[in-house]
Amino acid sequence: MSVVRHNLRSRGRISPAIWLVLPSAVLMIFLFAYPMAEGFRAAFVDPDTATVSLRNWDRMVSDPQFWAAVRNTLLLIVVVIPLQFVLALTMSLILQAKPRGSAVYFYLWAIPLAVSDLAAGLVWLSIFADRGYLNSVLLSLGVQPFSWLSYMSPGTQFMAVATAEIWRATALVLVIVVSGLQGIPKEYDEAASVLGATYWQRLWQITLPLLRPSLQVALILRTILAFQTFAVAQALTGEGFPLLVGETYRWYSALNNSNVASAYALVIMGISMLTAFIYLHVLRDQSRQVTS
Amino acid sequence: MSATITVDTGPLARFKRRRALLQLAAVSISLFMAVPIYLIAVAAFSTRDGLNQFPQPLWPKNFGTQTMETFLSSTGIVAGTINSLIVGVSTLIVSFLVGAPAGYALARFTFRGKDAYQLALLFTRALPIVVLSVPLARAFLATGLYDTPLAVTLLHTALSLPTTILITSSVFLGVSADVEEAARIFGCTPAGAFLRVVLPLALPGIAASSIFTFVTSWNEVLGATILTFSQRTLPAQVLTSLADSPLAYRFAGGLVLVIPSLIFIALMRKYLLNMWGTTIR
Repeated sequence: MSVVRHNLRSRGRISPAIWLVLPSAVLMIFLFAYPMAEGFRAAFVDPDTATVSLRNWDRMVSDPQFWAAVRNTLLLIVVVIPLQFVLALTMSLILQAKPRGSAVYFYLWAIPLAVSDLAAGLVWLSIFADRGYLNSVLLSLGVQPFSWLSYMSPGTQFMAVATAEIWRATALVLVIVVSGLQGIPKEYDEAASVLGATYWQRLWQITLPLLRPSLQVALILRTILAFQTFAVAQALTGEGFPLLVGETYRWYSALNNSNVASAYALVIMGISMLTAFIYLHVLRDQSRQVTS
Repeated sequence: MSATITVDTGPLARFKRRRALLQLAAVSISLFMAVPIYLIAVAAFSTRDGLNQFPQPLWPKNFGTQTMETFLSSTGIVAGTINSLIVGVSTLIVSFLVGAPAGYALARFTFRGKDAYQLALLFTRALPIVVLSVPLARAFLATGLYDTPLAVTLLHTALSLPTTILITSSVFLGVSADVEEAARIFGCTPAGAFLRVVLPLALPGIAASSIFTFVTSWNEVLGATILTFSQRTLPAQVLTSLADSPLAYRFAGGLVLVIPSLIFIALMRKYLLNMWGTTIR
C-alpha cells in the first residue's frame, strides 16, 4: 500500500526527490554560480578605480607570455590528442584480442589515470633532466648528451611535455574506449566476418562507427582537461614553457593580480566551452550524413 | 604408408605470428607505461652521490634511503601529507553526504527540472577548476576561510560532486527497484528500505566512487595552491617549492605522489570501466 501512495505522491504534490536534490543544488550554486559571477566581475573591473573597464584584458593581451601561452596550449592539444586517440584505440583493440596477461596489461596501462600532472612531470623529469636517464642511455650508446629541457631548445621542451602528457592522459581515453567496446554486441562483428570482411574493413565500417559516442565523450573530456594542463610543464621546464593555466597562476601568485588572473580564467573557460560546442556540432552533423 | 595427408599449416602459422605480434605490442606499450615509474623509484632511492653520477645506472646500484629521508623531513612535507589526507577524507565525506541523495533521486524519481539539473551537472564537469579557484580565493579571503583545509575541501567538493552524483546514480540504478519495493511491502519505512536493503547492495560501487573522489582531491594541485598559503596540501607544497629545491627533492616528491595511484588503481581495477562507461553518457 505504501508503494501505491509513493506513486501517487510523486505525481501530485512536490516530489520528495526535491529534498534529496536540494542540498547538492544549493552547494553547487555557492561553489559554481557565485565564483563564476564573481570571476566575470573581477575580470571586467579596474582594481584601482573600481569601475568597469577592459584594462585587465589589455594587460593580459599585451603581456608577451600570453600569446606564447595560447600558442603552446593549442599546439599541445593539436599534437597530443590525436596521438593519444591512436594509442588508446590500439591499446583497447589489443586488450579486446585478449592476449595472455591482459589483466596485468590493463592494470599497468590504467595506472597513469590516478597520476596527477605534477607527479607525471616529476616522473619524466628524472628521464629528461641533463643528468637524467635518457642522456645516460644515450651516452652509453655513444651519443652526445643533450640538454632536452633547456630554454635554448623549445622544440625538445615541447617534446618532453608532450611525451609526459601522452604517458599520463592516454589512460583516460583508454578506459572510455574499452568500456565503449564492451558495449558493442559481438554479433555485428561476427556477421561481417562471416560475410568475408577483413579485419580493417570491420574496424573502419563497424567498430569505429559504433564507437562514435564513446570517442566523442572521450574527445570532449580530454580536450577540456588538456586546457587545464600546467603542472607537467612547470615540473619539467619551470617557466620555460608557458601554458594558459600556468600564466593564470603566475598572475595570481607571483604578480599578485587576481583581476588579470580572472581574465585568464575566463579565456580558458571560453576556449574550452567553444571547443566542446564545436565538437558536438561537427560530430553530430557527420553522423547525420551517415544515416541519411 | 603412402597416403600422406598434407595439412595446410599456413593459417596456424599466421595465427601464431599474429599472437606473437600482439604480445610484442602489448609488452612495448607496457614498458612505456611502467618504465618511467620504475625509474623515478630508482632515482628516489638513490644516494645523493649516486644521483650526481653521470651516466646514471638504470638499476638501483646506489641504493640508499637518504634522498627519501631528506625529502620527508623537509619543511611542510609531513604537514602537507596530513593536510592532503584531511582534505581528501573530508571531500569524500561531504560529497557523499550531499551527492548520494541526489544520485538516488536521479535514479529513482522523475521530478520537474530533472533535465535541467542533469545538464547543469554536465556543464559543471566541464568547467575548468581555475575558473572557480581565483574567485573563491577572493571570497574565502573575505570570510576568513582562506588558507584552511576547509576551503580546499569545499573547492574539491565542487570538483567531485558532479561525478559523485552521476556515479552514485548509476550505482543505484544497478540496484533493482523491486527489492526496495519488496522491503516496503514487508513494512520498512522508505528510509529503512534504503538503509537496510539498497545501501548494502550499493556499497561496493559507492566505495569505488569514494576512492575516486579521494584520488581527485589528492591529485588536485592548482586550486589547493591558490587557496592556501601556509596550510598547503602535499602537491601544493611540492609545486611551490619546485623552483628552489634540488633535483633529489623533486624525484622523491614525484615518487611519493605516484605511490598512492598504484594502490588506487589496484583497488579500483574492477570498477574503472563501469564508472567511466556508465557515468559519462
